[in-house]
Amino acid sequence: MTDGPIITATGVVKTFGGLRAVDVDKLEIRRNKITALIGPNGAGKTTFFNLLTGFDQVDAGEITLDGQNITGTPPHRLAAKGMVRTFQLTKALAKLSTLENMKLGALHQRGEKFWQALIPGLWTRQERDIEARAEAILQRFNLTHMRDEFAGTMSGGQRKLLEMARALMTDPRVVMLDEPMAGVNPALAQSLLELIKMLPAEGRTVIFVEHNMDVVQEISDWVVVMAEGRIIAQGTPAEIKSNKAVVDAYLGAHHGEDLSKVELA
Amino acid sequence: MDWGFIFERSFSAMIGPEVVVYAIAAVGLNVHFGYTGLMNFGQVGFMAAGAYGVGVTVYWLEWNFWIGILFSFVYVAVLALLLGLPTLRLRADYLSLVTIAASETIRLLARSRVMKPYTGGVEGVNQFAGPFYDLSPFELGKFYSFGPFKYLGRDVWVLVVGWTLLILITLMVRQLMRSPWGRTLRAIREDEDAARALGKNAYFFKMQSLLLGGMIGGVAGVIQVIQKASVQADTFNPVITFTIWTILIVGGPGRIWSPIVGSSIYWTLIVFIENTLRQLPPGVRSTLEDTVQLSDFNIAMLRFILVGLGLLLLARFRPQGIFGSREEMALDRR
Ligand SMILES: Nc1ncnc2c1ncn2[C@@H]1O[C@H](COP(=O)(O)OP(=O)(O)OP(=O)(O)O)[C@@H](O)[C@H]1O
Ligand SMILES: [Mg+2]
Repeated sequence: MTDGPIITATGVVKTFGGLRAVDVDKLEIRRNKITALIGPNGAGKTTFFNLLTGFDQVDAGEITLDGQNITGTPPHRLAAKGMVRTFQLTKALAKLSTLENMKLGALHQRGEKFWQALIPGLWTRQERDIEARAEAILQRFNLTHMRDEFAGTMSGGQRKLLEMARALMTDPRVVMLDEPMAGVNPALAQSLLELIKMLPAEGRTVIFVEHNMDVVQEISDWVVVMAEGRIIAQGTPAEIKSNKAVVDAYLGAHHGEDLSKVELA
Repeated sequence: MDWGFIFERSFSAMIGPEVVVYAIAAVGLNVHFGYTGLMNFGQVGFMAAGAYGVGVTVYWLEWNFWIGILFSFVYVAVLALLLGLPTLRLRADYLSLVTIAASETIRLLARSRVMKPYTGGVEGVNQFAGPFYDLSPFELGKFYSFGPFKYLGRDVWVLVVGWTLLILITLMVRQLMRSPWGRTLRAIREDEDAARALGKNAYFFKMQSLLLGGMIGGVAGVIQVIQKASVQADTFNPVITFTIWTILIVGGPGRIWSPIVGSSIYWTLIVFIENTLRQLPPGVRSTLEDTVQLSDFNIAMLRFILVGLGLLLLARFRPQGIFGSREEMALDRR
């Protein structure tokens, strides 16, 4: 399968108590494109991410990756299949160094097997290769100076960068970023955008959640809008910008708030 | 006061059999808690499983002592699996509940009348360690002195074997923790979901950690009963678990030499305080007897109280333990 959608979600429902947090009839994610997932707070974006990545179980529906049914597959298996995610609340591993954080991301490490771990000769070469790859990615993310520092000493923005860099260590086909730009300063955000833009050319599909519409306009090929668990619109960034239903969804969600804070232009 | 005697006792306690047993048990707990973040409040249960592994095999099945030692590993592994399989998928607190409950269950079962045919009940199993002492190159009943250290021959033999095992186990754990396997454990300790997102089967790694640390605890149990030459259910009470925690925290969790140094400090202090209290000059002694009702009986209690005081001071002035780093500790609060 080289064309066709890389991910499909059909009839995916997730409820919390009486709340239908996610209720997606049909969604197809296009291969090697950047898809933005937008919507007001509480729209169900993170929950939908959790369902796609196996961190949460669907009540109903089916999810496929490259035509293969992956509904209910646990996260670590999905990572091995090339699907990796980051978290809205950043998960830097505080007491591991930046480099250790990165090296952790590599898949299929021989030294992760208990008995082989006991014999360094079996894995030190692979470890060196992993380290070289980690250093190259750190360079791209401008984190080389943090290499040997504890990740816990990083700023919020640096942690976001690290989390994405670490995700790339798995050499993923699908990269799912939950608000990768939140809390990152504008200068850094710009370089992060450039990095995300480069991913499709490397054969990676990107899905990201973002509230800043300028960012969405700038880098996405396709925009999916969620509100109250449902997909209420999708289209090119230009189409979405002029879609009345979308504007309403945001305005509705922000009813009574200062309208200048609403980020949809 | 006979300071010579007090110091001889204290020095001998510094590297004595208790230090070895508790240090090994603490290495196991360090694998669990220090490196993986597993809250095991029943390490004594793994010691008991190891101890009864030998005890039951020798007493009930009347099999060879060495086969009993092999069996003790099986018992411990089964215990670890039983505890881990249902709990490691759940939130961290479940493991602590189940481990503390299991360790008490083992003790109460072992001493119960129903189990007497297998475990010897309250009397336990005695005189089973002969084959171990038969191998001793030291005369069992003779005192040996090395500088300030003085032990019976049988203890020297236990110490030689025990320290060898302790060092080997420590080096093995050090090697493991420097490997990608250990890195993954530490990642799981920091944030399990992050590790899962990166393709690590956190459940499997936690199970491996529980098994490894439990088996190491089992070794501690076996050495303990060999040294005491008896398996007694009531020696495996929850206080042991908390002593092991104390030792690990004194040394600093997640540091490779913490168990050894923590254990040595703990036992040196206990023995030093006890012997000092027993040897107080008569004037001081009688004052204390009148004011705080000091007696030979509650000296045993008082030494724990004083060690507890020391712990409080440690928590105040060096919360990261002897080997821990303050910077690392500070990361928790960011
Ligand atoms: N574990 C849970 N238990 C109960 N309710 C939940 C749970 N997780 C999410 N919800 C609810 O589901 C809805 C969707 O939440 P979700 O976090 O997916 O929104 P979101 O679109 O990511 O919002 P934001 O933009 O604020 O991150 C919310 O109403 C939330 O309260
Ligand atoms: Mg969210």
